[in-house]
Amino acid sequence: MSEVVPGQGGMTAIGIGLGSLPPDADRAKYVLRLADTSLIVAQQLGAWIGHAPALEEDLGLANIALDFLGQGRRLLTYAGELEGCGRDEDALAFLREPADFVNLALAEQPNGDFAQTLVRQLLLDAWQIELFEALERSRDERLAQIAAKAVKETRYHLRYSGGWVVRLGDGTAASHARTQQALERLWPYTAELFDADPLEEAIAAAGIGPHPAGLAPRWRARIQEVLAEATLALPPPASFRWYGKRGEHNEHLGHLLAQMQILQRTHPGAKW
Amino acid sequence: MSDPRSPLWEVFIRPRAGLEHKHAGSVHATDAHMALEHARDLYTRRGEGVSIWVMRSSEIVASDPAEADALFEPARDKIYRHPTFYDIPEEVKTL
Repeated sequence: MSEVVPGQGGMTAIGIGLGSLPPDADRAKYVLRLADTSLIVAQQLGAWIGHAPALEEDLGLANIALDFLGQGRRLLTYAGELEGCGRDEDALAFLREPADFVNLALAEQPNGDFAQTLVRQLLLDAWQIELFEALERSRDERLAQIAAKAVKETRYHLRYSGGWVVRLGDGTAASHARTQQALERLWPYTAELFDADPLEEAIAAAGIGPHPAGLAPRWRARIQEVLAEATLALPPPASFRWYGKRGEHNEHLGHLLAQMQILQRTHPGAKW
Repeated sequence: MSDPRSPLWEVFIRPRAGLEHKHAGSVHATDAHMALEHARDLYTRRGEGVSIWVMRSSEIVASDPAEADALFEPARDKIYRHPTFYDIPEEVKTL
């Protein structure tokens, strides 16, 4: 988690990229990663409807799920256009196999209990804030527009998840133990957020998106601030690496997609 | 839902700048921070507001319906308290 390379700040990488934009195929792959993460989180949070601890949380999580769905739809549509193969948002969401999804592995980790869902959201929200703030300055105008809308939503998401993690961590002995356990379970999957691969290096060099490593310091500071208030301990560095963004997934995603895609798979082209 | 750890809060929403906050409903929440978020999630989903107030329902002091006659009946026959006995000039539109 601490392999941040000095001088590779994402914020500074934006806007100073020289030369032409990378080929559409690269951008399509990059945008698809962002889209898949938002889409999968939307589906995960939607599963809480009717199951949250109180009616108020039901609605709160559903509102956040709809924000993620909106982001996912805009990004999928754009990814489809960049790809240029005629696939729209529905084709990309409902007619791809699990191995074709390139969401962060963190996004597909099961909801678990309420604490695990909120810890996952906190880790993702704090990352999305940095990501979208950087993307607002992307040389890709469409991506900048999508990020400008999403960043406002994400500020609320972080307020919600951060508030809950503090409440649960600094709550009862039982809620503290479960929240700490969730944090330790999910922590290894955060390494992926900041490990750049050649695609992200190219995207950063072209000023399309931030260098992932550059997002780490502020993400970490934000998380540490919440954890301190929540009386939770920062877990040790990740003992393994898992790269959902390169199509590595465990069985959770298969189950999630089976549920999400069943209608279109059973009745292709069905409309409401 | 009468869990003492999750008391009731009254929600007031200001629909637009310049208008007053109006009572919108209530939410259960463990603290003020959560009450504001719940109010936002429940009562401003369709862009109903630009500002939210929340307050603990238990802090409200309410009149007793049994005393309604004593409190409100005496005002009923005093119609002269309404400013309806003046001629309003044409030019005054917003009085």
